[in-house]
This record gives sequence, C-alpha cells and structure tokens, in this order.
Amino acid sequence: MRKLFKSLLLTMLLVGTLALTACHGSTGMEAFVLPQEFDTAKNYEITFWAKNDTNKAQTMVYKKAIEDFEALYPNIRVNLKLYTDYGRIYNDVITNIATGTTPNVCITYPDHIATYLSGNNVVVPLDELFADAKYGFGGNELLYDAPSMEEMIPQFLKECAFDNHHYAIPFMRSTEACYINKTYVEALGYTLPETLTWDFIWEVSEAATAKDAEGNYTLNNQKVMIPFIYKSTDNMMIQALRQQNAGYSTSEGEIEIFNDNTKDFLYTIAGHAKTGAFSTFKISSYPANFLNAGQCVFAIDSTAGATWMGTDAPLSDISDEALVRFETEVMPIPQFDPKNPQMISQGPSICVFNKTDSQEVLASWLFAQYLLTNDVQIGYSMTEGYAPVTSKAQSSEAYQDYLSRMGEDNNTYYDVKIKATRLLLDNVDNTFVTPVFNGSASLRDAAGQMIEEVTKSVRRKTTVNEEYMEKLYDDISSLYHLNRIGPTFSSKADLGSLPTASVVLLATLAVVWLLIGAYALHSFRKNKKNH
Amino acid sequence: MKKGIIVSLALTLVLAFAGCGKGSDADVKSEGVMTHAEYIDAALDTEVVVETYVQAKQSWWDNKATLYTQDKDGAYFIYNVACSQEDYDKLLPGTKIQVKGYKAEFSGEIEIADGTFKIMDGNYVAPITDVTSLLGTDELFDHQNEFVAFKGMTVEAAGQDADGNDVAFLYNWDGSGQDGNDLYFNVSLNGETYTFTVESYLCDNTTDVYAAVKNLKIGDVIDMEGYLYWYEGVNPHITAVTVK
Repeated sequence: MRKLFKSLLLTMLLVGTLALTACHGSTGMEAFVLPQEFDTAKNYEITFWAKNDTNKAQTMVYKKAIEDFEALYPNIRVNLKLYTDYGRIYNDVITNIATGTTPNVCITYPDHIATYLSGNNVVVPLDELFADAKYGFGGNELLYDAPSMEEMIPQFLKECAFDNHHYAIPFMRSTEACYINKTYVEALGYTLPETLTWDFIWEVSEAATAKDAEGNYTLNNQKVMIPFIYKSTDNMMIQALRQQNAGYSTSEGEIEIFNDNTKDFLYTIAGHAKTGAFSTFKISSYPANFLNAGQCVFAIDSTAGATWMGTDAPLSDISDEALVRFETEVMPIPQFDPKNPQMISQGPSICVFNKTDSQEVLASWLFAQYLLTNDVQIGYSMTEGYAPVTSKAQSSEAYQDYLSRMGEDNNTYYDVKIKATRLLLDNVDNTFVTPVFNGSASLRDAAGQMIEEVTKSVRRKTTVNEEYMEKLYDDISSLYHLNRIGPTFSSKADLGSLPTASVVLLATLAVVWLLIGAYALHSFRKNKKNH
Repeated sequence: MKKGIIVSLALTLVLAFAGCGKGSDADVKSEGVMTHAEYIDAALDTEVVVETYVQAKQSWWDNKATLYTQDKDGAYFIYNVACSQEDYDKLLPGTKIQVKGYKAEFSGEIEIADGTFKIMDGNYVAPITDVTSLLGTDELFDHQNEFVAFKGMTVEAAGQDADGNDVAFLYNWDGSGQDGNDLYFNVSLNGETYTFTVESYLCDNTTDVYAAVKNLKIGDVIDMEGYLYWYEGVNPHITAVTVK
C-alpha cells in the first residue's frame, strides 16, 4: 500500500511537473529588455532556422551571409538549420516552444507567428529595436550598412505588424504568377489579353481538353494534358475572394469564408475539374513538370518558382526527352475585375525568439537585421523571382543592373525569372495580405483544402451539389477548428467554458498539490511522533 | 521404435501443414478485396481496397502515415493513410493491413491516397527481387514500389562541391541541403546513369545506409537494396548499400 502510494505520488508529481513546465512555456518568460550596449566581450551562439526553395544558390547566400556576419561580430556564432518547407518549421517551432528550445532567429510566415504568440513573450516585439539609435534600423553602432526605417518598403514591413506590434521583419517578397505556354494558347486560336481573367483561362483550358479518336489530346498529341494547374490552392481561394470583395475573415479573426462567393467558385472549379481542364499540385504534381513537358497551358505558382518554369528553365525535374519547346509568357494571376487587379503578397519573414539573456536576443537581432543588407538582399533575390524588401537594395546600381540584363543567359539572367520579379515590382500597390490572428494559419489551410476536396470529389465521380457543399463546409470547419477561432489578441470576448483537457489538467494539478500536502503532513506527524 | 517413427512422421506432417498454413496467409484475400492484378488494372481516382503487408514505414505526420507495403504478387505504396501514432507504432515489417483508399498517381508514382486502414491477422515479409537487369527497360515499372536489389553498379559523380570538386553524393537533389536531408547519388551500369536516393524520412542520418552513402567514393562498385519508388522516372529509395 505504501509502495502504491509512493508510486502514485511519483506519477502525479511527474504529471504535475510536466504540466507546470508546459504552463511555464505557455505563460512565457520575462519580456525582452533592450540592453544599453551590446556585450562584445562575451561569446554568443545563436541558431538560425532558414527556409530555402530546394535551391543551392539560396543556401549559398545564407552561408555567405553567416560567414560575413561572423567576421564582423567574432563573438557571435550562427548555426544554420535548413528547411525546405514552412510547415515543418512551424511544427518544429511549436514543439520547441513547449520545451523552451526555440531557435534564435527563424524564417517564418506572420500567420505562424500569431500562433507562436499564444505563449507570452515567446516572440520578441521588434518596435523598440527598430527605433533604437544604436542597434535599430541603420543604427550608429552597427558594424554593417543596414537600411534605415525609411528604406524598408512600407507595405512589406506593415505585413509583419499585428496586435499593435511588429513581430517580424520581411526578408523577401514574392507573389504568384501565371506561367503560360503561349505557343499552345495561340495554337488554340486565342490571343493573350492584356489582363488575364478567370473566364479567359477557363475557356482556353476547356478548349485544350479536346482529344482525337485515339484518345490523344489534339493540342500536344500526348496522352496527358492538364490545361490549368494551380500550385497553392489556399492562395487560389484567398485571391479569388479578395478580387470579388467577398468575405474571408475580418481583421479581428472572425471567420467569413463560408459564403456564397466561395460556394460559386467551388462549383466553377468542380465543373472544370470534371472535364479534366483543371487540377492541383497536391493531386497531380508540380505545375512546372507538366508545363515543361507540354502537358499544361496555364501553370500558376509563386514568382519564387520561376527558375523551374519554361523550356530553358535552369532548374528542371523532368528528363531531356520529356522536355518540349514552347514560348513562355509570365502574367499576373487571373482577375475577376481587370480594372482593379488584386494579388497576394507573400514570402519569407524573419522573427526573433525571446531568451532569458537579453544580450543573446540583441545578438539575434543584429544577425536578423544583417539579412536586410544589400549583399544579402540582392544575392537572395537573384536566386528566384523574389523582390528585395528594401528600397536601398531595389534602387542600388547592382540590382538595377541585374534587372536590365534580363535574358542574357538562362541562369542568373533567365528571362522568365526576371519577368516574374518585375511582375511583383510593378504590382506592389496591387498586393494584399490576409489578416493575421491566432488561427489564421488554419483558415488559410482550410481555404485551400476546400478546392482540393472538390477537385478530388469530382474526379472520383462524387456529385457536387448543395448537400455536398453543406457537408464540406461542416467538415472543413470542424477539421480546422474554425468554429473555435474568433476575435483574438487583446479582445475581451467571452471565451466560454474551459476545454475538457484544461479542466483535467487543472484538476490534476489540484490533486498533486493535495497529495504533496498530505504526504508532507504525514511525514511531519511521523517525525514528530518519532522524536 | 516403430511407434516412435510413426509419431515423428505424424508430427512432421502436422508441422509442415502448419508451416504451409502460415505461409498461405499471404494469399488469402477477404471478400471484396482486390488482387494485385485488379489493383493494377483499376483506373486512377477509383476506390480501391487491398490487403497487403507493411514492409517499411516512411513517415508519420499529422496523423497520417506513409508506408511501403507488398503482398506476394506486388507492391502498394500507401501515401498519407489516416493513422494514429498508436496504430503507427503497431505497424512492423510483415504486419498485415487492409487499406481502403483511392488510386492516385504523382509524377509517375502509383499510390493509394486518402485511405484508411485496419490491422489484420497475418504476416508476410517479401523476399528481395534483383532488378539490376531490368534497369532501362519498361519491365522495371512492373516492380514499382517492391523491395528490390541492384548489384554491381558503379558510383558516379553526383555533382560538385563549393570548390568545384566532384563528389559522390549530394544533400538534396542539388546539394542545397545539409546533414539530415535526403542523400542523392548517381550509379551507372552499362553506360547508363541513374539517380538513387536515401530518403531521410525512411532512413535518417542515424542509419547505416545514410552513413554508408556518405562514405561512398566515385568509382566504388556497390550492391544496394531498397524500394522501387518513382519520381518522373525510376528513383529508388535505398535502404542498404554494400561496397564490393
């Protein structure tokens, strides 16, 4: 019995300790306080979790940036961990928040930061650092030539602000582009309009599904043709809704996506998926592979995927035998209202995680800001269809020279890549971002999943009708917990009763303390008796 | 003595039948379950139900598992099947499962997607098939996703390092990764070169094969084992390498 009691107590203590540890992680550490001076006498080792697009040139830019930074700050060592997927970074960060082992500096999306913020003081608000005369933007104690606050592109910086603070700095920006097999469009008897519309894309895509008697597509004389492939279906839905001024979410985090515009768009997609005119990356594979094999007319992907697009693409996953020659056109994504084009602004941002040592945080900030210097900005932007996030880099002679040499070769100056970059630079005022709140990452996933589900369903001969749509809305809402997302951050909404898991946790803690108390009382009496 | 012999013979016979019974588990399909041939003939995007045996587990992620499975007639790649962590832990080489999902294709890889599964009684570990002589032929596709061997292939340069020197392997397809990422290496036979991969979710950087590939030298002649994965052409996921 005594053994059982001890064992029970030990188990309860372990649960309690873990629970308290978790609580410590979630209630957070002390807020970061900016030191007066950076301590150059002490050594700091910081970790940088970086995302690349499976692109060696990008990893080389990261490595060179670290090498150059370490030469300037010999007391800071930067350890690089490479990822190729934002989702993996997000999951790893969440796991490491619980154990107090977050990286120091991390490439991320603002949507993801909103989730990280559910633990207090986990992510450092950067406003004070931005403004600091010594170490802030263009600070006078920096050992490198950093951009000033005024040299940050305002739209891009604003994308990193939510809950009244900047929690990140932009690193690179991209948007989506439609990579077009112009040769095929013209072979079908069409001329590309000045601005692509959804109607145009659907019409041409349907025309491209024609087959001959042997079952070959007449357009390419092959067995495979998916005229329109979309890489990121969450962007597809988000942009379509925005272009129609339809609901997605409020800036406070109220979910508005389950509306009639969404439904109409899904019906349209279902119709074209049924004829084989449309598919998605998740269902069929990379748009670039189909485009380059002459099996696709319209491939929509990030401008940061431009080096994979086109007959002469420097990066390619398909064999030389499968490659088809065609003329590639790069255009903004299709619009509902050509007079008022709207497109997503996306791309990596950088956040700094809080640590108990404020000097370590300052060291992290110094490195994060170093990634905004011209060499890094221009170097990284040249690897793909990315735009630098500072006017300092964009207006530099080196960057302007790069843009002006479009088409000089099929590598550094690959024309499709530079066209994609120019597309963004010319449309910065037409870009938008979605509201950021705790749960916005789930809403984004849900937006894409509805397109994936509808597309898969019609391919699998499921009837897409009102009943289907109703169930889809319910399933998606439940799967992504959208019914639990509401106004967040500093709102004072009624949060309702505690979830069962929380009730169990609190009850466990209470029992643990009771048992500790009982054991202490028991020991005290026993000792007293013995004495 | 005679009695003893008779008992021994009877016992042998019983054991032999018992042994046959165990082996024949791999042949028995439940009602409504497809044979491998029926699975191969099924159109893409149709619902398929198969009974198969786990040969290796690639990954578990967000309550979804990716598995290399095989029965005596052929292989089935099970992509992102709904799976709890608890069930994933129960899946061992040879575990029999019934999978219901949709036949799909991703860059040439035929797989069962959006599936669910249940664990069944039965066990079968597929023997290895040497497909070296099938490289470069259409017949190789018939063995897609099977546990296969390649013998006597020569390691070629996979790319160059930062100093421009030829290297025997790359982290990620272009060298953009680091330790822990997929390893890509090239091997040749009869003048043709093929790209093979150590898939880091299947065999991470703590495994023998990961270490073995990192130690390869250009010109080494090697034997390999792995699963005959496809990505825009044959792209085996290698699980063992022996330098000859």
